[in-house]
Amino acid sequence: MSGLLLLIPAALLLGLVGLAAFLWSLRSGQFEDLDGAAERILHDDDDDDDPATVSRSR
Amino acid sequence: MSDATLRASGALAGGEAAGEEADDTIFADYVGSGPDGSASIHLLVEGAHCGGCVRRIERALNTENDVLDARMNLSTRRLVIHWRGQAERAGALAATVARLGFTVVPFDPDAAIDSHERRGRELLRAMAVAGFAAANVMLLSVAVWSGHAQDMDPVTRDLFHWISALIALPAIAYAGRPFFRSAVAALAGRSINMDVPISLAILLASAMSLVQTLNGAHHAYFDSAVTLLFFLLVGRYLDHRAKGHVRRAAERLLALSREPATVIGQDGRHHSLAASRVRPGMALFVAAGQRVPADGTIAEGRSALDNSLLTGETVPVEAGPGTAVLAGALNCGGPLTLTATATGDNTVLADIVRLVEAAEQRRSRYVALADRLAAIYAPAVHGLAAGTFLGWLVLGGAAWQDALLAAIAVLIVTCPCALALAVPAVQVVASGRLMKAGTLLKSPTALERLAEVDTVVFDKTGTLTRGRPELTGAETVAPADLRLAASLAAASRHPLARALTRAMPDVAPASGVAEQPGMGLAWTAPGGEVRLGSRAWCGIATLDSDAAMELWLRRADGSTLRLTFHDRPREDAAAVVADLQRRGLAVEMLSGDRVEAARAVADELGIATWRACQSPADKSARLTELAAAGRRVLMVGDGLNDAPALAGAHVSLSPTSAADISQNTADAVFQGALLAPVVDSLLVARQARRLVRQNFALSLAYNAITVPLAVAGVVTPLIAAVAMSSSSLVVVGNALRLTILRRSS
Repeated sequence: MSGLLLLIPAALLLGLVGLAAFLWSLRSGQFEDLDGAAERILHDDDDDDDPATVSRSR
Repeated sequence: MSDATLRASGALAGGEAAGEEADDTIFADYVGSGPDGSASIHLLVEGAHCGGCVRRIERALNTENDVLDARMNLSTRRLVIHWRGQAERAGALAATVARLGFTVVPFDPDAAIDSHERRGRELLRAMAVAGFAAANVMLLSVAVWSGHAQDMDPVTRDLFHWISALIALPAIAYAGRPFFRSAVAALAGRSINMDVPISLAILLASAMSLVQTLNGAHHAYFDSAVTLLFFLLVGRYLDHRAKGHVRRAAERLLALSREPATVIGQDGRHHSLAASRVRPGMALFVAAGQRVPADGTIAEGRSALDNSLLTGETVPVEAGPGTAVLAGALNCGGPLTLTATATGDNTVLADIVRLVEAAEQRRSRYVALADRLAAIYAPAVHGLAAGTFLGWLVLGGAAWQDALLAAIAVLIVTCPCALALAVPAVQVVASGRLMKAGTLLKSPTALERLAEVDTVVFDKTGTLTRGRPELTGAETVAPADLRLAASLAAASRHPLARALTRAMPDVAPASGVAEQPGMGLAWTAPGGEVRLGSRAWCGIATLDSDAAMELWLRRADGSTLRLTFHDRPREDAAAVVADLQRRGLAVEMLSGDRVEAARAVADELGIATWRACQSPADKSARLTELAAAGRRVLMVGDGLNDAPALAGAHVSLSPTSAADISQNTADAVFQGALLAPVVDSLLVARQARRLVRQNFALSLAYNAITVPLAVAGVVTPLIAAVAMSSSSLVVVGNALRLTILRRSS
């Protein structure tokens, strides 16, 4: 029974961490462009996203 | 859409217009400044549909030296550019994107990020909180339920109830606000909406559970109250998203057709200004065919104004000096001079609001059906709950607590959880699927009306055909003559001259070509005058019987030559027509073109019923005739002359190549060079209708089982929670079947 005193707060804490993470991602605009984000991962941006290359080319 | 309209509308178009000078002031007007002295602009990009487009645009901009950051949002088609330097650079940066083949227009982010988006975020946050609470309370409730069977220690049970209360009550107070607010507003207006029984059920269930917990009793409904809230919020959010799609589509089309104002200065000279910069008292010039850029009164000129975008009136209104005009009205007659009365900001914004409100007023009949249901449902639920309470108290002789418990159980199980999910879930899936295929729904009722269609009427030019003539029989003409004709044609914007230029792209234009509007071109060659143009222009008196579009060339020596052009049908036009006919739909073609031209296309595509030489009035008369015969007509058209027919049809579709006014009138707009989206839209709409009906049937069946149980007082928290959650999941799952249903079904 005393295990409950540990497990219930632990469960709640984990849930709260998840909730906080969601609210944070919402606030930081990660749900603004779901279509674009899905495509961006496919971009092979070696040449213009790598800072070293960019500074060389400019 | 011609290049001229695009430039006039302050948009930069891709392709042929890209190289032309941008009106920098239009873009500079929209430039904002950042805290670090950098400038930024928000642009709407039309024509970008995939990650590849995003990459091309961002890369092109990021290679510009002064650009700090360029980021394109593919969901909203919005592009934000930050750069260091002058606001005047905006025009050049926009031209960079336009050169890649996209159409760009500036927009004001403050006007776009409105209450709609804020409300969306509020719903999402509420949904997250309710979801968190529902999961944790359910975790505790499962333990309590299994405890009933295994003799849980009452102290432990009470502890679990208390923890549930501590999680559920704050979550309900936070996440329930959208419903409470709406219910209070409805009650203040002395009416009842769906949110009244919802709020009542949630509040009563929470209060009752709190009392039970305080007394250390068996039944606490915290889990039911919170999961109910969660599922309802999911439905609300989906509904909100579906409306957002429709709204954004309308907003984008509107921004594209937004025109700058032509201001008459003190010195009498005309210059163009972004509509948002117009101030009251300015004198504005509105040419024939332009939209009125700001609210005002007519100072000079008489004309007819088409207010259809604003009021839905299809008949233009006569207007003269002193008449008040609204921004967005189309000038159909002569040129007008206006005195502006409202600030540009207000009217441009008002324009968007008016269009969106018009779209939202035409609310989905699915939703309207849900609302009608609510009108019967809410009183029925309240009556049933009150009857249960009184029945148990008076007839059953139960204690008032038990009677109240039974009444609350009735409220909880009758809560239209699945019902509230039934329509939005299907609509979001259906419009998402159409969006992926390049079809934008502009009217929320379009889906349902599409499902009822039994007749499809096509316009010919630009809809069944590609809408641009191509040179035919080039091999029968001597290359030297073709080159000569093309060198003259390069000077003209006439569609046939442009077709000739396209066919002979490497011919240098001749200098000193004179154009006689409506007749043709003349060029004085060393050996005499060369003419290119109509039959009469080249001195031919006879008539040929065939229907081909033609240009005549008269050489310097007076001999003549005929060049013919042909407007080819879209690649899949014949297949689409055959497919529609196979599915039992009647297909018709209404063309404004000559009989021979219409017959040629109708025969090629296998359309038996067709009419040629149709004026816009003839077209809408034919649609009225079909409607009177009980037919539900889908009109597909693109031209200005189709606009009345599009508005008059049961439902209408336009290709994105259509005239602005047609795109504004049509219920949905499809992209691409193919006609297949017409069939796809019909199929998706039919599937959506089937699924919505199934969903309503499922949720009513669920109520038919659970309501008698609740009235009988045997619904425990366990039964209420399980029944509610499972019915919601079944309804959502059923809606998701739309993504996997095969095209052929």
